[in-house]
Amino acid sequence: MKGPTEVLAAREVGFAYRGGRPVLEDVSVSVTTGRNLALVGESGAGKTTLLRLLLGLARPTAGQVLFDGAPIAPRDRAFRRAVQPVFQDPYSSLDPRQRVERIVSEPLRSLGLLSGSRAARREEAADRVAEALRSVELPADAARRYPHEFSGGQRQRIAIARAIVCRPRVLLADEPVSALDVSTRARVVELLAGLAESHGLTVVVVSHDLSLVAALCAETAVIEQGRVVEQGATADVLGSPAHPYTRKLIASVPRLSRAARLR
Amino acid sequence: MTLLDVAGLSVRRADGRDLVRDLSFTLAPGERLGLIGESGSGKSLTALAVMGLLPAGMTAHGSVTLAGTQVVGARDKELDRVRGRRVGVVFQEPLTALDPLMRVGRQIAGPIRRRRGLRGAPLRAAVAAALGEVRLPESLARAYPHEISGGQRQRVAIAMALACEPEVLIADEPTTALDVTVQAEILTLLDRLVAGRDMALLFISHDLAVVADVADRVIVLKDGSGVESGRTRDIVREPRHPYTRALVDSARALEGALDRLAP
Repeated sequence: MKGPTEVLAAREVGFAYRGGRPVLEDVSVSVTTGRNLALVGESGAGKTTLLRLLLGLARPTAGQVLFDGAPIAPRDRAFRRAVQPVFQDPYSSLDPRQRVERIVSEPLRSLGLLSGSRAARREEAADRVAEALRSVELPADAARRYPHEFSGGQRQRIAIARAIVCRPRVLLADEPVSALDVSTRARVVELLAGLAESHGLTVVVVSHDLSLVAALCAETAVIEQGRVVEQGATADVLGSPAHPYTRKLIASVPRLSRAARLR
Repeated sequence: MTLLDVAGLSVRRADGRDLVRDLSFTLAPGERLGLIGESGSGKSLTALAVMGLLPAGMTAHGSVTLAGTQVVGARDKELDRVRGRRVGVVFQEPLTALDPLMRVGRQIAGPIRRRRGLRGAPLRAAVAAALGEVRLPESLARAYPHEISGGQRQRVAIAMALACEPEVLIADEPTTALDVTVQAEILTLLDRLVAGRDMALLFISHDLAVVADVADRVIVLKDGSGVESGRTRDIVREPRHPYTRALVDSARALEGALDRLAP
């Protein structure tokens, strides 16, 4: 068995909009196969910007983003196939005029992963879509329906199916459950954890939800005002936080186990 | 004495479908009642019906007595004696609740001027005091809503809701749009203000852990009907209805991992 390998990494990256204050400064994080990573912080901390850099959607103004040890080439199909995004709001990230089968199979077409005659390509796409929908525990007939026919949690499953249809190695998810109800949230977290196991996927989540982080991620980087203030194994970062900001974050999470009216 | 008495409230859509069905509850001075439910459960419609603010095409049936005034079927002129004066409301999204073209100070001044008839220097002093109560600096009065943070905007919205010294405060998901540390600050602020003025609080949320921190009693809403109600402590410790049990279980499941790492 191979040891843990670094798939994706940010090395001392910085990012600033022209003439603006830096959004990120000197940030280094590393995504290792099989170790889900959480990027934790508040709005404006720069975590979504970091995710965009890791996805190749923006170029760092300092430092480097590495994929399999080499600087990323955002248009390289191998990279795009290996690293897939899931966005926060399943209401705006799915095209309302397309059937689910078309939405889910889109990466197969845009990455040129289908081959053979037209009929063969269509058949392969249908098979892959069915497999992806099965993986996210949606019924097979979902393929023929439109996004508006589904609840928020189901839509997020569709978005996840779209992301895994090309069998990526890394899933980059920006607040994947924050738009969902609590019970739906628990199920989507379970689904992501299950997929990471069964599909050999490494999940990188941007989140301010430490419950999600504790349940899903082995590694955590805490970002405050564009800098990583603490990172390491989630058990250490959350279990014995060294930075005051991390402690404040942990103390702020509403929990039944600490609720005032239950004491 | 009962400040708010809701009896057999239904909210009906134009096509005859009931979105809230036969809901009853009461609220006395100093009481804190939580309405909990997932999206589509009718909790926000209930708040709007209590205020007589249902959107066009929806009608309220049954009885809502708010500070002695029957809200159902009342004309706006009658409701104006109650809304803002006897009952204040804080909504989820402070950016849409505030006028983007008006400085924050003027927005807070509006209700104070109408209610207390102040002008000039005394009015400015009252605005400064209102800002101080929500722990905002006086200088913030000169800012426009887009110039301040989400947490500051929600503090402004709370200052406006409290400006007329209402006996009832309705808070509809007041922290859902905020970061977790800001949420904790706003909840502490609300707790202090409600206790200090002995206000009655109707607190609406989808987050059981938040409700359990704020409300003494809780009503669980599902698909427009109250499925269970009682003391928060009893409901969370011994939920009777299967839906409540599922809510409690998923909340515990979500925070379980965090509880183990950071008890």
